[in-house]
Amino acid sequence: MLFSIAVFAPLAGALVSGLLGKSIGDKAAMGASILGMVIAAICGPLAFFQMSVGGADPSVIDLGTWIESGRFHVQWALRYDTLSAAMVGMVSFVAMLIHVYSVGYMGHDARPRYRFFAYLSLFTFAMLMLVTADNLAQLFFGWEGVGLCSYLLIGYWYDRPSACAAAIKAFVVNRVADLPFAVGLALIFFKFGSIEFAVIFPAVAQHGADTYALFGTTYSAIETIGFLLFIGAMGKSAQLGFHVWLPDAMEGPTPVSALIHAATMVTAGVFLMARMSPLMEYAPYALGFVTFVGASTALFAATIGCCQNDIKRVIAYSTCSQLGYMFAAAGVGAYQASVFHLITHAFFKALLFLSAGSVIHAMSDEQDMRKMGGLAKIIPVTCTVMWIGNLALAGIPPLAGSYSKDAIISATYASGTAVGMYAFICTLLAAFLTAFYSWRLLFMTFHGKSRADHHTLEHAHESPWVMLAPLVALAFGAVFAGWALNAWFIGADWHHFWNGAIFNGPHNEVIENLEHVPSWVEGAPLILGLLGIALAYLMYIRNPLLPVRLAQQFGGIYRFVLNKWYFDELYDAIFVQPLIRLARVLWQVGDATIIDGVPNGLAELTSDGSRQLVKFQTGSLAVYAFVMLIGVVVLVGIFMLSR
Amino acid sequence: MNWTLALPEIVLACIGMATLIFGVLRKQDSTLLCTMFTIGGFVIAGFLVYTGNYGFGFHGQFVADPFSAFNQVLILSGAALSTILALDWNRTQGIARFEFPVLMLFSTVGMMIMASASNLMTLYLGLELQSLALYVLASFARDDLRSSEAGLKYFVLSGLASGLLLYGMSLVYGFSGTMDLASLHELLVQPTSASPGLVVGIVFVLVGLAFKVSAVPFHMWTPDVYEGAPTPVTVFFATAPKVAAMALLLRVMGTSFASLVGAWQLLVIIVSICSMLLGAVAAIGQTNIKRLMAYSSIGHMGYALIGLAVGTSSGVRGVLIYMVIYVFMTAGTFGCILAMQRKGKAVEKISDLAGLASNDPMLAMVLTVFMFSLAGIPPMSGFFAKLYIFLAAVQGGLWTLAVVGVLTSVIGAFYYIRIIKVMYFDAPAERFDARPASLSFVVAATGLFTGFFFLFPAPFVSAAQAAAAVLFR
Repeated sequence: MLFSIAVFAPLAGALVSGLLGKSIGDKAAMGASILGMVIAAICGPLAFFQMSVGGADPSVIDLGTWIESGRFHVQWALRYDTLSAAMVGMVSFVAMLIHVYSVGYMGHDARPRYRFFAYLSLFTFAMLMLVTADNLAQLFFGWEGVGLCSYLLIGYWYDRPSACAAAIKAFVVNRVADLPFAVGLALIFFKFGSIEFAVIFPAVAQHGADTYALFGTTYSAIETIGFLLFIGAMGKSAQLGFHVWLPDAMEGPTPVSALIHAATMVTAGVFLMARMSPLMEYAPYALGFVTFVGASTALFAATIGCCQNDIKRVIAYSTCSQLGYMFAAAGVGAYQASVFHLITHAFFKALLFLSAGSVIHAMSDEQDMRKMGGLAKIIPVTCTVMWIGNLALAGIPPLAGSYSKDAIISATYASGTAVGMYAFICTLLAAFLTAFYSWRLLFMTFHGKSRADHHTLEHAHESPWVMLAPLVALAFGAVFAGWALNAWFIGADWHHFWNGAIFNGPHNEVIENLEHVPSWVEGAPLILGLLGIALAYLMYIRNPLLPVRLAQQFGGIYRFVLNKWYFDELYDAIFVQPLIRLARVLWQVGDATIIDGVPNGLAELTSDGSRQLVKFQTGSLAVYAFVMLIGVVVLVGIFMLSR
Repeated sequence: MNWTLALPEIVLACIGMATLIFGVLRKQDSTLLCTMFTIGGFVIAGFLVYTGNYGFGFHGQFVADPFSAFNQVLILSGAALSTILALDWNRTQGIARFEFPVLMLFSTVGMMIMASASNLMTLYLGLELQSLALYVLASFARDDLRSSEAGLKYFVLSGLASGLLLYGMSLVYGFSGTMDLASLHELLVQPTSASPGLVVGIVFVLVGLAFKVSAVPFHMWTPDVYEGAPTPVTVFFATAPKVAAMALLLRVMGTSFASLVGAWQLLVIIVSICSMLLGAVAAIGQTNIKRLMAYSSIGHMGYALIGLAVGTSSGVRGVLIYMVIYVFMTAGTFGCILAMQRKGKAVEKISDLAGLASNDPMLAMVLTVFMFSLAGIPPMSGFFAKLYIFLAAVQGGLWTLAVVGVLTSVIGAFYYIRIIKVMYFDAPAERFDARPASLSFVVAATGLFTGFFFLFPAPFVSAAQAAAAVLFR
């Protein structure tokens, strides 16, 4: 019951503020939206505690039939197990804080805000539907729902061309990845005859040897499905190749970046891996690929993060990198560790984004860190919480990140496979870079000499309490979440806690082995993190001219990284430009000439035929009678011939 | 001898004669009263049909079964709607005479007999009774040259068609020795036993009836008669007789010659395709709306004939549903056409409808509903009419017919939607005269039926199902 309320309260809020926003006014609409979220944020975590502390049994809450077509049967249902309860608890809580924060952040926006809050609540609902889905169709519903809301929110400032372009980019990149996901879904139906989790999961073992033939080659069906689903997850979670939309998505209002592009939506791909673990466990090659892509993304995005100057973009690439960590963990079979990191990351990344928003708010919408510096005295609360967020992100004990990130790095080592080792090296390096760019951000923003212009500094001010309160709440999460959840998620009793919500194959003992990794493996991330911090200190506080000199010395590498490895330019040349050319051809030749020409010609022919036909209608009786008699003769003739 | 089976026809005929005597003896103008009697007669007859028993009467020459009852009720509805529409129009056009409803009534009696015929002789009797009355009705505006011409043309060509029909019947009788439809069926259970003479006879019978439903190439009279006859008569022509003739065609083909379906199917397919094509294409160039409706009805009969070509009871069901929907939407459309009067003078050009949406928005809206329905656009009833027909065609494997049907629907949509365009987007022409209440009633009732058929198709479909079950057993 609590669980259902948590899912549907945001929908009610979205409907009230979206549909009635105009008539009941901005304040009331905002109130309705926030009320819905508060109810959800009470019920969601309670439902999680009911399960984790109270030991409630996993169940399915049936809501009615959605599709009934032949053998294809889809039910609206909420799946209540540890995984979905944890996700619902996290999503509803973080989303509620972001709703509250938005009241302050959007306060200066000239437009009516009910639209923003309606989208925000609708997004939360879609995300909750995604994580509580009991079948792949409902999951896809939520998947597309969050995609749509993300599009609407990135392009919220629709009068900014860059926001519209970013919204379209996000939508299109996600669409591209959704196609393999939808194909994978269809393939599951094709092989299993159902898309209900309850039918699929027990049957995976029997279908292990199934093959799937395409273009004369046969593939293992389970592996194919695993790959297809993961490609869908790559799109939503901005993994290497599909990451291009995430930094651009920062065009949206900062609360949106915090909610969608840090805490919730982008983790949908990770969630999918955990949810589909009973299937993924039987697809070792797909899992290897998951680890490879995740680890590569973790390192790749971290390198870019080191050279960006836009405060939000640094955090965006950091998100990208952290998602890579989660996939790397999922790929080696440590789904528990990946979901653990997902939850802790949600707290500190939302915290970082919201404090970045607070900085931007204080600096009159300035996002370039080169024009900041020395803000620690002006906005001390923001500075403090941002330090906490970055400590958590860099994995400094005992903050949240240290538990979950170290678990992931240990898991990659514990897996003992070649790709696991690759992931281990990548994630270690990324940990170093993470600490470096985090402190680069802190130092450039809050410490050292101020580089802001006089005018901006005069107006710089601490954010109102309605924005600071969520920051403080999230800071608590960032400090304690790892410590509080560690024992449940990956502690000794994890079997009992997960209660079958995540499946580990018979030979998958990664979680057990976490405790038995060598001590240098456990210590390495912390040491590398501290080294990263030290380097950042050296470069940005002690010797601020050093970065400039380095950039000149290694101009090629610097530009390569600054320009994000030229991914956007590459895609533009390979996909965008040829498609635009193709579209132009289809438009001018295909549409204007052929598609318009054929019907016009046919219409000409028809009206011509009409004129000829009517000529028979002379009005003369003799002609009429004659036509009738000819008709009789012809019919008799045909009849005699054809029988 | 079970004469009570024919009670509706007998009662209606008696009311007709009584009305005639009343009208002759009464000194003042009694058009209104006679119209009321006639409509009353239709209602009573409809009630009697509805409550009547089923069975064979008059030594097997007359049959009352669900099929006849279904068609008779539909015929009576069509006739009643035309009679109501005629009342005010005849008065303003100065051709209001009490004989008008009486002739309608007798023609209707003929049609009812056609629907109940179970013998070639009964069939002919009913056919001629309705035709004789129709000849007079077509030329009822006797001072109008066009009306007289229409009556004459119809008389001559119908005479020719009757001749062909009679010739066919005599061939059938000559080669089989019976005129009873049921006996013919038994005789032809083995299709190979049919002699060439009998087969030629069947074609002639088919031709005679095809003339009545104005199927191509026996349609030539339709545009001229529709245009020339007084508009209420055109309404009548377009509704009730079509039902009666279609019922007859279904009855003869579906009982007597059911086992020869393989032989005559091709002919029906040809006639159907030709009708659909001509109905769609020839209407494009028309400027007179009555002429346009003539081609439209030719096309619609083509669609209905698809159901016969399928030669199964689901095909017949399609035809019957089609006829129900067709009768109501056609009557409604003509109701709108009857409203096209300026200063007591009827106008018939499509361009006269220009800007109707601003002059008379209600009428324009209803006419829009009818046009969408005639074009077969959902959710109007016309869509469902075509749906059931095409469904039967596809189930029967007659893909060609379904494809041609869909293509001609597309072509047809052009001229139906053009009328909507004229009403809504052209500069308003002069206003029409105020609508009489009777007309508004008919148009509203048929408009509601057409617009909301999709809400309650079940009773019609199940009645048609029951009626169709009689044939092609």
